[in-house]
Amino acid sequence: MPLLQTCKLTAFYGDFQALYGIDASLNVGETIALIGANGAGKSTFLKAIAGLIPSPADSVLLDGKPIGSRPAADIVKLGVALVPEGRRLFPSLTVEENLLIGCYGRKMQGPWTLDRVYSLFPILKERRASATPTLSGGQQQMAAIGRALMSNPRILLCDEISLGLAPIIISDIYAALPQIKAEGTSVVLVEQDIVQAMKVADRVYCFQEGRQSLEGRPRDLTRDQIHRAYFGS
Amino acid sequence: MDDAAAKPTQAFRIETADRGSRVAAVAAIVILLALVLLPVFAGRNLIQDLIFLFYMLALAQCWNLLAGYAGLISVGQQAFVGLGGYLLFALTLLGGINPLLAIPIAGVISALFALPTALIVFRLHGAYFAIGTWVVAEVYRLVFAQFKPLGGGTGTSLTPSVTSTVPGIELVKSVLDVRTPAARDIISYWVALALAAGTLALVYLILRSRRGLALGAIRDHEAAAAGLGVDIYRVKLAVYVATAAMTGMIGALIYLQKARISPDAAFSVLDWTAYVIFIVVIGGIGTMEGPLVGTIIFYLMQRYLADFGASYLILLGTLGIFVMLFAPKGIWGFVSERFNLTLFPTRRRLAIRDRAES
Amino acid sequence: MTGWLDALIQGVLLGGLYALFAAGLSLIFGVMRLVNLAHGDLIVLAAFAVLVVAGKLGLDPFVAVLIALPILFVIGFALQHVLLNRTLGRELLPPLLVTFGLSIIIQNGLLQIFSADSQRLHSGAIETASIPLGGGIAVGVVPVLTLLSAIVVIVLLNFIFYRTSIGRAFRATSDDLEVAQLMGIDHRRIFATAMGLAFVAITIAALFLGLRANFDPTIGPARLLYAFEAVIIGGIGSFWGTLAGGIVLGLAQTVGARIDPEWQILAGHLAFLVVLVLRPRGLFPRAQD
Repeated sequence: MPLLQTCKLTAFYGDFQALYGIDASLNVGETIALIGANGAGKSTFLKAIAGLIPSPADSVLLDGKPIGSRPAADIVKLGVALVPEGRRLFPSLTVEENLLIGCYGRKMQGPWTLDRVYSLFPILKERRASATPTLSGGQQQMAAIGRALMSNPRILLCDEISLGLAPIIISDIYAALPQIKAEGTSVVLVEQDIVQAMKVADRVYCFQEGRQSLEGRPRDLTRDQIHRAYFGS
Repeated sequence: MDDAAAKPTQAFRIETADRGSRVAAVAAIVILLALVLLPVFAGRNLIQDLIFLFYMLALAQCWNLLAGYAGLISVGQQAFVGLGGYLLFALTLLGGINPLLAIPIAGVISALFALPTALIVFRLHGAYFAIGTWVVAEVYRLVFAQFKPLGGGTGTSLTPSVTSTVPGIELVKSVLDVRTPAARDIISYWVALALAAGTLALVYLILRSRRGLALGAIRDHEAAAAGLGVDIYRVKLAVYVATAAMTGMIGALIYLQKARISPDAAFSVLDWTAYVIFIVVIGGIGTMEGPLVGTIIFYLMQRYLADFGASYLILLGTLGIFVMLFAPKGIWGFVSERFNLTLFPTRRRLAIRDRAES
Repeated sequence: MTGWLDALIQGVLLGGLYALFAAGLSLIFGVMRLVNLAHGDLIVLAAFAVLVVAGKLGLDPFVAVLIALPILFVIGFALQHVLLNRTLGRELLPPLLVTFGLSIIIQNGLLQIFSADSQRLHSGAIETASIPLGGGIAVGVVPVLTLLSAIVVIVLLNFIFYRTSIGRAFRATSDDLEVAQLMGIDHRRIFATAMGLAFVAITIAALFLGLRANFDPTIGPARLLYAFEAVIIGGIGSFWGTLAGGIVLGLAQTVGARIDPEWQILAGHLAFLVVLVLRPRGLFPRAQD
């Protein structure tokens, strides 16, 4: 049974329909990537899973159990953590406090402690007492990921973690992924950087205008296929 | 290319009126006429009741313009009611000016006070702006309580030499065969009617003007309006000063009719803000019809329930909370959505007519 | 000269009372950006609660307040959870008007139950006790206790806000409600807890209000204005700022009273307006907002 499954997941922003019945799955230990153009619905998909956007109860299944209608605060307690688009650290909290609040809802015993996060991203330890707006984009992204890890999630949802960052910083951040995977966390990555996504993912989904246009393993997909799925024919 | 195809075949017009509002316009004229002639038939009690209804309606329209359209939620409009009242007393008792003339003068002077007031309170926003206006009203109250020539903390009354110089008293006495106090009430009634109708007309004209379009945009979505180039600050300032002027005139009329003023009464939060807010919220905020509906309901409640004192006020507060939580558009909001009604047409519609037809 | 020195000292002590009034308001705005127009009336309500507990159980107000505190915490929690949480959102009007309606209900409810008679909390000798400072100046024990309590409350609030887990949750929720939910924070409970805490501050303020002066159901709105002025003068977002704001307000009032007793309240309002014009963000605003 897949760890996480969506069944005909739809989502609306008011009257605007952003997702048209997505069927997707994530197996334990897998890393999947979601690619697609701006506005294709990738972030919406993650938000719906994370509980920020309401959905019918059985459109999202965790371990086979319906969680679609549960609020966001409950879903993180079940072990699904979202690194939101744009990082969205808390400006009133220091770096360390941002990390600490990550485990407010879910105080699970697990590999991710404050020290473990600091060893993953040493720069955060240096800047632990700083106000987060003073951090660089890359540092903020590391803090946001660390914050999500503090809840010892079984599933980590990452929304555009390379957005606005220089390539070398992106590499640094992606270098942390293997360690995250090694601890047993399954990862869903929404990425505009297709190359990076294909490098780390076990499977890839492509979205186009709210619909799934492609699915497969990176090594099985051709450039043409991806191009068509991304932009439409 | 065909010449006929190149020319547009449709004509555009901006329309606001529709069938419902045209009927309402005719009805309004009839009602207005009836109200003007009413003193001929009505007893003194009804006339006094209607004076109350008219000035509460006018105050409600002003507060609605301020809060419902310009987004300036003020809990301090009593400042201008009291200011208008005291200005009337000052102009007549101390300045020897004719009472009816003093009313518009009070309006102008209120506007002059409103300008520096606005520059100060506009430094606050949202809920803090609201309380800031309350503080300002308190300042006005405390200052006037120190003003000995008008009675200081205990207040003062209009002298007969003032009340008897209201123009038209002799004419009304002879035509309608009533005594002086009743005649004065009748004149006050017509002034109140004029103020209420005038406020309605002025608000209506503002909302139909380009300024009004800006106000509607601010009401619907302020950030978007700003993004489109609406100078929010100046529009809000203009609305604040304009409503202060109208409120000042209304205050002047109220205290001309009461003939007695004191700081606590003139600057009362309950009478000039709480009741007004109740009227607008129950009736329907952000529409012109709402305050009209609300005033009528409030008048009826006041007439039959006010004797219950504190319990009545608890009822008002509870009702206000309920409406705010469960029917935020008020009674008129509910009705107009259900039946698609508009009495005061201010929304613009694009009317497209095929040229080929005409 | 001693007259002026006395006015300054009394002003600082009065400021302690105003800081107590303001502490709850500052907390609520800091956490949920709610300005509670019924705040002053809640202080009066709490004063009546202490009065009733003290009267029915025959207790000194200082003891009665300890019993009243948990009761009022629960009332605050419930009020937020059941009523005020429904008003929070993007619209400005609902919280303002609902709390305004609440203010009217509380005032008139108290009038119904207790009549308009002036009340006082009595604690025996301590009410009139004073500490001589030399040079003919003495300070009342109750005012000094008020100021000390204000400092303690501010210190506690700062501690809670900046050094505890729930304080982190308060700040995070105030920063970004959506992401706070992603941390597992139930914002409705957080808001209710904050309101409960504010009610505790309100109750302590009520104790000293009732000890220092007479109170009746109608004095609520004036206390709201003082609390609000203290918060604005001090600067939004800073608890120590609120203490400073209260003291500035107290000083303005006592100095004004020294010039003419009838000018006391007016002087306070004018000082507030002056600060608003010259330093709109207050004397000690928080760095970012």
